[in-house]
Amino acid sequence: MSQVRTSDNSIEPMISLSGVGKWYGAFQALDSINMSVAKGEKIVLCGPSGSGKSTLIRCINHLEAYQKGDIHVGGIRLGHGSKVIDAVRREVGMVFQQFNLFPHLTVLQNCMLAPMRTLGLNKPQAEGRARTLLERVKISEQAEKYPAQLSGGQQQRVAIARALCMRPKAMLFDEPTSALDPEMVKEVLDTMIALAEEGMTMICVTHEMGFARQVADRIVFMASGVIVEEAPPAEFFSNPKHERTRKFLGEVLGRH
Amino acid sequence: MGREEFLFLLTGLKWTVALSAVAFVCGCVAGLMVALLRTSGVAIIERLTAGYIAVFQGTPLLMQLFVVYYGLALIGIQMDAWAAVSVGLTLHASAFLGEIWRGSIEAVPRGQTEAAKALSLGYVSRMKDVVLPQAIRISLPATVGFLVQLIKGTSLASIVGFTELTRAGNIISNQIFQPLTVFGIVGALYFLMCCPLTIYGAHLERKFLTASR
Ligand SMILES: Nc1ncnc2c1ncn2[C@@H]1O[C@H](COP(=O)(O)OP(=O)(O)O)[C@@H](O)[C@H]1O
Ligand SMILES: [Mg+2]
Repeated sequence: MSQVRTSDNSIEPMISLSGVGKWYGAFQALDSINMSVAKGEKIVLCGPSGSGKSTLIRCINHLEAYQKGDIHVGGIRLGHGSKVIDAVRREVGMVFQQFNLFPHLTVLQNCMLAPMRTLGLNKPQAEGRARTLLERVKISEQAEKYPAQLSGGQQQRVAIARALCMRPKAMLFDEPTSALDPEMVKEVLDTMIALAEEGMTMICVTHEMGFARQVADRIVFMASGVIVEEAPPAEFFSNPKHERTRKFLGEVLGRH
Repeated sequence: MGREEFLFLLTGLKWTVALSAVAFVCGCVAGLMVALLRTSGVAIIERLTAGYIAVFQGTPLLMQLFVVYYGLALIGIQMDAWAAVSVGLTLHASAFLGEIWRGSIEAVPRGQTEAAKALSLGYVSRMKDVVLPQAIRISLPATVGFLVQLIKGTSLASIVGFTELTRAGNIISNQIFQPLTVFGIVGALYFLMCCPLTIYGAHLERKFLTASR
């Protein structure tokens, strides 16, 4: 697996969490999470609803604050200062279950906004980059439309292009196909597979086990705020170690 | 009623329009500040702003105008009636518009702010480019509705001696002793200003309903 070599020649993961604890009031949503993602690595994060998957990836770009442990992204320790948080967010793209495109902006404007505001690109530069990436998610002919005029699958591909316009070093996906009609799931997964093949570092929360089998380097299984087990797909599916993992696999793969 | 008297009413109308415009424009600027402070996420600031809004929503406009007019004089700030009622109406409008816009800002789905944050957009850009354009759209019908209230509210400025449309009517009616005619015309002039706005507000509301379906 390819890894980042920093100047002092130590091998540093792209994203690392050590002993991360997260509370919503008195409720502990994450407990002692340790996880390390190397550059170019693809992680699929799965687990029952409410197990803390969203919370975990939302801590990585500080959409949620964590109270214990450490998170490093691209060598930066994710503390509470807004400078650090902005720096991390520039490096990490995120795709949401509900797309969250800006409805008052066209597809093109959705993709141009952040590069212009935070990377200092001028309009032609941002537009060039946006059109290239819209091309890459095969939606360039819709550039002048508003999100509401697109299907769910198209909207989600725009959301991926919008995140990629920041040229992120890693991408976080939070159930990107869960809100889609079944016939649109494939086009989004295909886009994600293409991205994976280009070497993007990815953490994907998804229940699409076919995708996990094809793309993941490791599958991480969570339950009740802890990581129960993690393994490469072959091992994860053929030889799950924990009873909770077996039960979960039985449910998502439809065998009982 | 002669031409002279009618022209005097129109002068009053001019001041009503000017007062409404000043209070609305300044109220919009101050109201935006109130709405942003009210949704700042800083508990103490949010509570102070909520208090400010509650004071203006919980007291009569006339009393607010009295307090500004006489209160400012008491602490040594000399203002003519025009400035005093402008300040009073602006404060009044800032509280009501602030509250309308707070609701609209909160009505913009959380996912919008989260997506903007994930793209590393800072607070100013999140508000200016993402949240406010959507919030303003949501708030338009209520904002136009408040403008109508504000135009009618300017008639209270007559009580502190500012000669807008209502006071102009009063003066003429005392001169020519035809109160019914005079106030009939005064009422019609208010109606001509407010009715198109009300219709426009209803139109915006329908447009918004169909767009959000
Ligand atoms: N904003 C919040 N406030 C309080 N509890 C929350 C909040 N967000 C999530 N939780 C709780 O944290 C737990 C983990 O949630 P989440 O990370 O969304 O799970 P998942 O994505 O695995 O379904 C759940 O029990 C959920 O109810
Ligand atoms: Mg979730």
